[in-house]
Amino acid sequence: MILALAAGLLVLAVLALILITTSREAWPAFTHMGLNFITERTWDPPAEVFGALAFIYGTALVSLIALIFAVPVSIGIALFLTELAPRRLRGPAITVIDLLAAVPSVVFGLWGVLVVAPKLVPVYRWFHDVLGGIPVIGSVFAEPVGSGRSFMTAGLIVAIMIVPIITSISREVFSTVPRADKDAALALGATKWEMIKGAVFPHSFGGIVGAVILGLGRAMGETIAITLVIGGSTQITPNVFASGNAMPSVIVSQIGESTGTFTAALIGLGVVLFAMTVLINTLAQAIVRRAEARMRGATS
Amino acid sequence: MNRNVLSRRVLAGVALVATIALAGCGGNDDNSGDTGTDAGSGSNEYANLSGELKGGGASFPNAFYTEAIAEFKGVASKLTVTYNSVGSGQGKKDFGANLTDFAGTDSTVKDTDGVAAGSYLYVPTVAAPITVSYNLNGVDKLQLSPDTLAKIFQAQITTWNDAAIAADNPGVTLPSTKITVAHRSDGSGTTNNFTKYLKAAAPSTWKLDSGDTVNWPASTQGAEKNTGVAQLIKSSDGGIGYVDFSDAKESGLKFAAIKNKDGQFVAASLDGATAALEGATIKDDLTYDPLNAAGATTYPITAPTYILVRTKYDDAAKKDLVKGFVTYILNEGQTLAPEVDYAPLPDALKTKALAQLDKIQ
Repeated sequence: MILALAAGLLVLAVLALILITTSREAWPAFTHMGLNFITERTWDPPAEVFGALAFIYGTALVSLIALIFAVPVSIGIALFLTELAPRRLRGPAITVIDLLAAVPSVVFGLWGVLVVAPKLVPVYRWFHDVLGGIPVIGSVFAEPVGSGRSFMTAGLIVAIMIVPIITSISREVFSTVPRADKDAALALGATKWEMIKGAVFPHSFGGIVGAVILGLGRAMGETIAITLVIGGSTQITPNVFASGNAMPSVIVSQIGESTGTFTAALIGLGVVLFAMTVLINTLAQAIVRRAEARMRGATS
Repeated sequence: MNRNVLSRRVLAGVALVATIALAGCGGNDDNSGDTGTDAGSGSNEYANLSGELKGGGASFPNAFYTEAIAEFKGVASKLTVTYNSVGSGQGKKDFGANLTDFAGTDSTVKDTDGVAAGSYLYVPTVAAPITVSYNLNGVDKLQLSPDTLAKIFQAQITTWNDAAIAADNPGVTLPSTKITVAHRSDGSGTTNNFTKYLKAAAPSTWKLDSGDTVNWPASTQGAEKNTGVAQLIKSSDGGIGYVDFSDAKESGLKFAAIKNKDGQFVAASLDGATAALEGATIKDDLTYDPLNAAGATTYPITAPTYILVRTKYDDAAKKDLVKGFVTYILNEGQTLAPEVDYAPLPDALKTKALAQLDKIQ
């Protein structure tokens, strides 16, 4: 009991220490830039202008794209494995997906930059030709960059990386749905899909959100794979086929040759990233709590 | 480039075996790397040095230092020298914090670098051209003036058939391909030197200032390290970027001839780089700026690199080790430089650099 409490407190203490020390290191940049640090879009080290907005945007966009692709696929795989797949297929399929999680991210990055990015350029062109003319949507699918290194490519690569995480947690969650609930739904004449919708999903909502949040955490913190495929431009554009940059990539590529306020600004990016993940986690917990309360209300 | 260095390491190994074999045959002073300009610089001079030397810093001269250290091992077998290419900035920090015995740097020391003023000396070692490499279908020869170059890298010129590029290349048919500008996404001394060149050679056009990282226009793309930029140029038709000489050569990229201060278009070469060093003004502390140097055969984008040594080593033995190693770099090392695509120092500068070593206490 005491041991568990101590372990819990230790985690909190480590988190607090990380936040305190990084904030202290980043302080010169925060005082230099003020609130502009997160609202300014220019990143100009020689002029000592450090605005993180373009990188915050890049991290958010890449994570969003990754989730859009990874969440449906992961939940689909998890459902297939728990509800539909023949027993013989289940074992090997799980092994393969877990293996995907064991591939180092730099391998994904290299594969992305050498194979995927160039191959995707014609695909991006096609999307641009088909959808580019439509107002609003067209600006999202504007002219792709020639190298294929873009928000979209980064998002897709990260999506592949977070699929195993979301899948394996969702699978665990689905397997905790009581047999009785499922049998009851089927006994009422529900089809398999109606049973999943009526019995499996409501029961597992909180768990799925948890799985997605873990995947999102990985996506936001992913560094080397994104660095390789995102293209390294500082810009805010709705065009998902354009090059950009993300916070972890900027930190890792620029800290080596930085001094003074520049170093502080890079550490500041880390603080912002840290704050963003904490914020999103808290938000997600709130969503789960509300949703679960609502569902309990509906079922009782 | 790695493959290149590796194969050279193998070669170096073979050379080393050969040297040992020669020594075994009784020829004691026959050191193939000896330039012979300095009296008594045979292998015996270094043979008594023993201990350990730690250095670190710029990645730009890393291939050269690696090669020189490997060869140095053959004449000073009891002295172990290590060089970590952690970047100029980190190299200076570590040197200032007494973690290393010498540092490699492409840039001069600033107040914020963590090295106390007056505690160090610059020793120039080698120089190398920075190429402007490009990938443009059907164009094998390209000439660029500094103003055009600045406009391209500021994304003011966006297609290859722009009038400014055409004016630099009379008689060449240029396609209407879009220009993809590739730059370093990591902080780099190469970026610093390239932007410093543009600032010096195209002062009225270049607006991005100079530095290890600058505020590149949104439409340009970044990649990691020289090899990353080279790879990015190769993978985009219409690509252009700045890449160090050895990586550009290794990647099989074409590079543009740049108009120098004397109005001549000169392609990147080691001879062009050495010419730039001869045209540069050497300051009293031996720092010099070969960027945009005068001379008809000068390649204008030539970057210097230095080793930082302490003015005073607390340990007298350490002092001798540093002196021995840097002397080797300045004498025998210079003949190794062209093999790994670096330009040796002109004799006048080399003599000054050797004299600088005598100031170490």
